[in-house]
Amino acid sequence: MARIKLDGLKKTYPGNVQAVKGIDLDVADGEFVVLVGPSGCGKSTLLRMVAGLETISEGTLHIGERVVNTLEPAERDIAMVFQNYALYPHMTVYNNLAYGLKNRGFKADEIERRVGEAAGMLEIEAFLTRKPRQLSGGQRQRVAMGRALVREPAAFLFDEPLSNLDAKLRVQMRVEIKQLQRRLKTTSLYVTHDQLEAMTLGDRLVVLNDGLIEQVGTPMEIYSRPASTFVATFIGSPAMNLMPRAYLEARDDGHSFSGVLDDLPPGTDIVGMRPDDMLLHAPDEPHLVVEATLELFEAAGAESHLYVRMEGSDQPTVIRTSGQPPVDEGDVLRFHVPRTALHPFNEASGKRMQ
Amino acid sequence: MVENRPLGNLAAHLILISGVALVLFPVYIAIIASTHGPGEFMRGVLPLTPGDQAVENYRLMWEAGLAKAGSPPAWRMLWNSLVMALAITIGKLFISLLSAFAIVYFRFPFRLFFFWLIFITLMLPVEVRIIPTFQVVADLGMLNSFAGLSIPLIASATATFLFRQFFMTIPEEMLEAARIDGAGPLKFFRDILLPLSVTNIAALFVIMFIYGWNQYLWPLLITTDPDYTTIVMGIQRMTSTSGDETPDWNLVMAAVVMAALPPVLVILFMQRLFVKGLTETEK
Repeated sequence: MARIKLDGLKKTYPGNVQAVKGIDLDVADGEFVVLVGPSGCGKSTLLRMVAGLETISEGTLHIGERVVNTLEPAERDIAMVFQNYALYPHMTVYNNLAYGLKNRGFKADEIERRVGEAAGMLEIEAFLTRKPRQLSGGQRQRVAMGRALVREPAAFLFDEPLSNLDAKLRVQMRVEIKQLQRRLKTTSLYVTHDQLEAMTLGDRLVVLNDGLIEQVGTPMEIYSRPASTFVATFIGSPAMNLMPRAYLEARDDGHSFSGVLDDLPPGTDIVGMRPDDMLLHAPDEPHLVVEATLELFEAAGAESHLYVRMEGSDQPTVIRTSGQPPVDEGDVLRFHVPRTALHPFNEASGKRMQ
Repeated sequence: MVENRPLGNLAAHLILISGVALVLFPVYIAIIASTHGPGEFMRGVLPLTPGDQAVENYRLMWEAGLAKAGSPPAWRMLWNSLVMALAITIGKLFISLLSAFAIVYFRFPFRLFFFWLIFITLMLPVEVRIIPTFQVVADLGMLNSFAGLSIPLIASATATFLFRQFFMTIPEEMLEAARIDGAGPLKFFRDILLPLSVTNIAALFVIMFIYGWNQYLWPLLITTDPDYTTIVMGIQRMTSTSGDETPDWNLVMAAVVMAALPPVLVILFMQRLFVKGLTETEK
């Protein structure tokens, strides 16, 4: 167990392509940090730099007390779970788990004890003599996890480990990974492009965009106070609706907005609102009232999505509610947004105001 | 094809059977001929049933050879062929595995240049470079030796290329997982790449063995000592007789059958792996 400290990490590929443009991050001992971002944001590159599979162009990387910039992956005391599992196809599950230990010169009885322990934890004892080819996707995933577990490393690195699984299995494994990490208290870095996975797994999230950190915080901090329009639209599903302030002001007839827009911090010209903060009934606190045409209704069981279009705007807007829609498709409805649920952003910088 | 047409089936089988017969008939003739006495062939009519001289013919060839045509006993020639073919095959596999490993997994200056250099030698088979190669081998004093027979034929662009292609289909994560598991380059080669290449190695072994076994021109050029005569050369020597003598076809055919056996055995034993190696990629 160890803390991981990234200081100004940069990765420049030949041809002067910058994949990672300077990352500072401090992962505490035992913490579960999720790197999340769209594809091409540099999150996998960053993880691979920590693993030692990519060289570090600039900056320093500490694992524990050591600077590990130039160490081989095997010397960094980390274990990695790959997206496609990367199991050795010609070895049995047992040997897959034992290979790393054998290379490190562990004694046979110690190897057996550790493999048995990991197999028990992951419930794969029954498959130890099989080859990876004879396992299902979920079982292979467990073996890949087991290969990391037996090493009892200072840190786990996960590179989108669940994206090759079907939806149901993904949720199940997500819970198991979280429980396992809680139990072992091993420092973990986890890369994913799935914001739901990120929200549910991480003690802290790191939202990356274009090789830079957009925001670091607990999942709820990031959800309730996104630092930029990028984070606002990336975290949360359906995505946050962004509206130009000028458009809303033009819809204000003097009293229905009860001065809500005037309270916004200076510099705000984009107003964000989460689909679930757009209420169909007027709340007691100060709020906006906007009329919109219901274009499409989507029932998803416990919740339903209303796709509406506001008059004079071509921007599609989503409202999340429960139960049946108040009007038929094609009719006009009113939605209310409390003052406290408005997210003020500046259009030019993309940053949150206040 | 999910069709059931009896007539079509019949026609297809007839064509296949006649094809097989066409290919097998000369082989059959060779086997039959090797069982008859010396005079049978001269009568102008080919016998189609086995004769009674089989044991004598084969024993004579195996133990003594065709002395009047200057060929050593068959066991000697078969042994020479086997040593040469195995040396070529194993040497080729060893070198091409290592060079493919280097080209695929290491970043060194002029990597692509070396790859193309190897690739270009595909255009230079033994026959094209035979004179300079002979000169080199002669200068190194390797005439009439197994080293001279096999070393110049070992470098193989084909095998290097095939292994390169195969290595490139192995996911990169396999190497990365091995690196994290603490396996150095040679350990990765031995523990991961070699076991994964087994079927390819078997397929190439068969192809290379037959290539080595069938070498004719090269051994003919660089060996003059009967102790290094290979079976393929020997057969040629047996058929070229002086003056108006006719070759002893029954004995020649016995040698031919013996020469054909080892490649057949290699294919039979390696068949399963061979087919797998050419068609399947296990990942």
